Amino acid sequence: MIDKTLSTCREAVSKVFDGATIMFGGFGNAGMPGQLIEALREHGARELTIVSNGAGTGPFALGSLFGDGLARKLIASFPAPSAAQFRERYLKGEVELELVPQGTLVERIRCGGCGLGGFYTPTGVGTELADGGEVREIDGREYLFAKALRADFALLKGHLGDRFGNLMYRGTMRNFNMVMATACDTVIAEVDRIVPAGEIHPEQVHTPGIFVDHVVQVERLPELVKLPKPGAHA
Amino acid sequence: MILTRDGIAWRIARDLHEGAYVNLGVGIPVLVSNYLDRTQEIFLHSENGILGVGPVPKGDHIDLDLISAGKGFCTLALGAAIFDQQVSFAMMRGGHLTHAVLGAIEVAQNGDFANWKVPGEAVPGVGGAMDLAVGAPNILIAMSHVTNKGKPKIVTACTAPLTARRCVKRIYTDLAIVDVTPGGLVLREAMPGHDPAAVQAKTDAPLAVAPDFREMAVPQVAANGAKLVQ
Repeated sequence: MIDKTLSTCREAVSKVFDGATIMFGGFGNAGMPGQLIEALREHGARELTIVSNGAGTGPFALGSLFGDGLARKLIASFPAPSAAQFRERYLKGEVELELVPQGTLVERIRCGGCGLGGFYTPTGVGTELADGGEVREIDGREYLFAKALRADFALLKGHLGDRFGNLMYRGTMRNFNMVMATACDTVIAEVDRIVPAGEIHPEQVHTPGIFVDHVVQVERLPELVKLPKPGAHA
Repeated sequence: MILTRDGIAWRIARDLHEGAYVNLGVGIPVLVSNYLDRTQEIFLHSENGILGVGPVPKGDHIDLDLISAGKGFCTLALGAAIFDQQVSFAMMRGGHLTHAVLGAIEVAQNGDFANWKVPGEAVPGVGGAMDLAVGAPNILIAMSHVTNKGKPKIVTACTAPLTARRCVKRIYTDLAIVDVTPGGLVLREAMPGHDPAAVQAKTDAPLAVAPDFREMAVPQVAANGAKLVQ
């Protein structure tokens, strides 16, 4: 019987090695795998290359990896002003930044996941983010070559998961999680609830289990579920 | 008399109509959502995976898993769809949205614009700006006409790092509305008290005056109480 569930995040991230490249799902706090990141921080692997849309939204989750000095490089589209831990390390020259337009980042990961070497995009042509890249004219328009991107690990967040690794999201949690699930050697997802096989209707499986190696059920990291006012609910 | 930030947003909203699929950037652009004609069905797109962004929720209506591109909580409008980042950027880069409203540091007379690398900001971030700029057929810019030091922001050639080349269709400022055409910049409207020569004096690139040039008609105060002119 297939069973991809694990009981702890610590176990799930135990194989992460020094120097690993890791993709992190999430856009803002939605779909960010906070408990897996916390376990990774405690695991203590260093010299990590982090692939994510941003660099975290505070001293917790993704931000804590920069705060603890565990990362050496960030590949991202938008390290926001709220990503203070990353910014501090970056300005000291301790972390390298590879800035990629968001759509190019998504598509590089998609190519990495579906067996393609790269693609040509009009995004960034004639800008400083195109510096040194191969430009090719196709049907009268200039396009810039972008190379596929893969990683050793993906840390993802789903709403529901099952023992086959099938995942279902809610709201805007899908963001980068779905595409990252396809592009990494080992894919680990934390979910709000592990449900019995068959309970996620096949038409509601957003990430098919073939892409997923491990599923862990967690309570959400408290810092990621803060509301602006008391009385509101999830 | 010039427009406030809300005034610029109000004026842009008058040009968006039923059936439009619109992405609103940060800053003045996102204010446009406050002034859309609610009797018309206009879809707002959020790059993190929503087509049909609804109003900002209050109290018990907040859903932690529903945020818009600005990272604030949002709701879903009637007919909304949810998807992942890949589908979202297919809409943006693939030319499926009808409009993107974006802020800018500079716009050039040929439609080049710069908005992603803010002078003095030590940590760069680009997000989805470049993808929107190459994809949406109508790039509308919302910005002040001059910098806070009085320097023109509509220029012959951009000096700030470009977001994209030759893509801006129309510029809405606190002073005027200017179209970018193959023949150069065309002044369409200006605020009362500013004739074309006065607008030209605050514009680095040459402006032709549209045959149907007119004074901008904007009320003093919006229905929500916001001041539109100052």
